[in-house]
Amino acid sequence: MSATRKRPRRPPSTLGAFVTKELHHILRDRQTLAILLLMPLVQVLLFGYALRTDIRDLRVAVVDPTPDVVSLRLRSRLAATTRFHLVNVSSTTNVIEGLFQRREADIAVVLPTSFAERLGRGDTAQVLLVSDASDPNTATTIQVYVRSVLSDFERELGGGREGAGTVRIGIASRMRFNPTLESANLFVPGLIALVLTLVSALMTAISLSREKELGTLEVLLVSPLRPWQIIVGKVVPYLALGFAITCLVLTAARVVFAVPMLGSVTLLLAESVLFTIVSLSLGVLVAARTSSQRAAMLGALVGTMMPTALLSGMIFPITSMPGWLQPVTRIVPARWFIVIARGIMLKGIGIEYLWRETAILAGMALLLLVMATRSFHAHLD
Amino acid sequence: MTGERADRSIEVDGLTRRFGTFTAVDAITFDVDQGEVFGFLGANGAGKTTAIRMLIGLLTPTAGSARVAGYDVATQAEMVKRNIGYMSQRFSLYEDLTVRENITLYGGIYGLSDAAIHRRTTELVDRLDLHEDIDARVKSIPLGWKQKLAFSVAVLHDPKVVFLDEPTGGVDPITRRQFWELIYTTAAAGTTVFVTTHYMDEAEYCDRVSIMVDGRIVALGTPAELKAQYEARTIDDVFVRLARAGNVAGSAA
Repeated sequence: MSATRKRPRRPPSTLGAFVTKELHHILRDRQTLAILLLMPLVQVLLFGYALRTDIRDLRVAVVDPTPDVVSLRLRSRLAATTRFHLVNVSSTTNVIEGLFQRREADIAVVLPTSFAERLGRGDTAQVLLVSDASDPNTATTIQVYVRSVLSDFERELGGGREGAGTVRIGIASRMRFNPTLESANLFVPGLIALVLTLVSALMTAISLSREKELGTLEVLLVSPLRPWQIIVGKVVPYLALGFAITCLVLTAARVVFAVPMLGSVTLLLAESVLFTIVSLSLGVLVAARTSSQRAAMLGALVGTMMPTALLSGMIFPITSMPGWLQPVTRIVPARWFIVIARGIMLKGIGIEYLWRETAILAGMALLLLVMATRSFHAHLD
Repeated sequence: MTGERADRSIEVDGLTRRFGTFTAVDAITFDVDQGEVFGFLGANGAGKTTAIRMLIGLLTPTAGSARVAGYDVATQAEMVKRNIGYMSQRFSLYEDLTVRENITLYGGIYGLSDAAIHRRTTELVDRLDLHEDIDARVKSIPLGWKQKLAFSVAVLHDPKVVFLDEPTGGVDPITRRQFWELIYTTAAAGTTVFVTTHYMDEAEYCDRVSIMVDGRIVALGTPAELKAQYEARTIDDVFVRLARAGNVAGSAA
């Protein structure tokens, strides 16, 4: 029997058989699959509830050397604010140090002597805010909250007597209330990026390097499958899984935190697919360059997960990074995806404002795919 | 086909592979006829694996040429791949897939039609008596059966040549016997079998063997010829003598 009787056509089942096998791998590994599907949900809840940038239950200490009508009014004003507790009122600043050391207060508001009298004379009353700055970010936020209360109070007094009584402490910012939802809104796009990176880059790297370790990859390479077909076969099932997870996260975010979706869902899903392709290519690249599953896993964690979590602007704003680090974030794909996702979800903008970011992602996808296929070829020798 | 003899399955001429200054395979030359069982012997590090990797198209030769199933390995690697089967040293089936799924996968990769895959599956199950395990995951069946299954999958698409890289590692003697019966059946049907092994008793089962030392083929012939030539009782004795000579020469150099 001769196999060369006619020029063999490559039936579509070649790639189909390979994709089917990949799907079997994924569906058989119940534990991993369960983790992959549950983890995004847990993360939505964790990010939504725990990773808030707003702060509540602030413990405020007041130092009021000479209580009078105005100072009492301010004290009750502070106490009435839902996010503050008044934990201590004393007449001397000596107590502050102790309160901070015992971690019993977050901020001390030091009122001037003869508050009412100074205001009556039209003098400036200096109020001093002392914060426990062991956590500088929190301390800054707390100061802003207290300032906004003082500023309201100032306006209230000023309303009584035009041009007179001022509580001058230089109020700069204004907080919008109920920022809980806002932080969830900001995190969800980043979360999608993180989960997609995890599923696509990490899982592809692991699954491909497992075949390398087991020796099955060698058998595949000896078969008529071309390297690009092996890559496509590996990537397609994870692309589908990533798509499913994106839908899951979006639904959870909507149901639990009412995260808005002002723009087109279709566009967002299409951009997610693009981002997934970038991550998948990174995973293939990592697997091609490493020789064991363990090395591939570490490589994928350090090379894709960490930049996505830390350098994408997901948690830490890029503008507050050191100057030399900011340009580095430009090579992190998640940075561009987060801009796109936030734009679509929170601002409702379309491709006409997002084409630049989309083009960057598409360019990255193309470059990485070529590199991944190349490194695969190079690995043969 | 060109002027080569049609019954030559493998033609190797001066095949060489260098890694930097190290010559792993040094101008080896040999032919293998169609339907022959050819034993490719050599100590670890003698260059066997490098040679096989060139023959199956995973590695490009530095010099010389090789034709497998009538196609040049350097310029027609795709056609070579289509016409060979390969069972690697490491286990080549997917343990988390069932027997049937593994057969379907490899059948699909080699472009067999669904009907052909179905037919081959039935034949294979009958031959290996795997009726009860056809839908069991491969990891749950005994190692001996796995090896026989891996071999049957490697020849599922009726390749002209099948390369077996130490196929019987870790298998008990009875299963090895059965494995060799499979090899003979396949060779009798016209498929050339190119096999490497560590077990010298297996070398005696081959039609011809070659022995590689330090990248060169130092002996080539039927087991009987080699034993006569080196006045040895077994192929094992021949092998030890040649390998030791190679080591002495190697350390003197």
